[in-house]
Amino acid sequence: MERIPILQMGRFLLVTIQVDMHDRLAMALQDDLTNRINQVSARGVLIDISALEIVDSFIGRVLANIAKMAQVLDAETVVVGMQPAVAITLVELGLSLTGIRTALNIEKGMLLLQSALQDDLKADERSPVLPEEHAGVYGEM
Amino acid sequence: MGKCEIMSIQSSADVVLVRQAVRQIAIEVGFSLVDQTKIVTAASELARNTLDYGGGGTATLEALQDGNRRGVRLIFSDQGPGIPNIDLALKDGYTTGNGLGMGLSGTKRLVNEFEIVSQVGQGTTVTVTKWK
Repeated sequence: MERIPILQMGRFLLVTIQVDMHDRLAMALQDDLTNRINQVSARGVLIDISALEIVDSFIGRVLANIAKMAQVLDAETVVVGMQPAVAITLVELGLSLTGIRTALNIEKGMLLLQSALQDDLKADERSPVLPEEHAGVYGEM
Repeated sequence: MGKCEIMSIQSSADVVLVRQAVRQIAIEVGFSLVDQTKIVTAASELARNTLDYGGGGTATLEALQDGNRRGVRLIFSDQGPGIPNIDLALKDGYTTGNGLGMGLSGTKRLVNEFEIVSQVGQGTTVTVTKWK
């Protein structure tokens, strides 16, 4: 069965959907992405849908599921490049894609992922709090 | 009346073929990009229902000409279990499967005319029309 390729770039995974996906292909992408996030300890997933001519309720659900599963595995998901006609149709269809971060293009999507990762690293640096007296000793060294 | 095309829906690959054929007709009729996207999305939802709930069936695609008005009519028909409560099936958020429950109710908003005929044990036929 055909598969949608997943590229790795540092701590991020990139997916560009360039075919008219049938439902089983979309489900396979959902499984593959979840496995890859786990395998490579990815911190972010960027999905480029600029070539998608429609997003119906099924594809919308798959995107929402990917974002949810990624979140559980401690990775951020950004969907980029939605065509305006697709966005209009999506809203009229009643799908709001809550919980999915979006960006206009790949560049902005990458910036979003990078800033999310940086915030995370800063939080990690702050967390091992040293007791007051020790802090003084380290300061003199 | 324009040309009429009947397609079989037996697999998720057929759903893709229906989407592509509907796109082609919508372009021929002269729909704007937004209207093309709406009718193709509606077709995708209904074709999937025919496959998942109806156990497969047919899609009939027709280009319409009514005076100066042009449009596209799509008929999705199956011999599946039918829908016991159509009003409920048309409600936002209602689903018997694992979808979001936006399929039928959302589809209705994407087209100008929407008709559903269903008989329990006999099957379901959904007819939608979108005018340019």
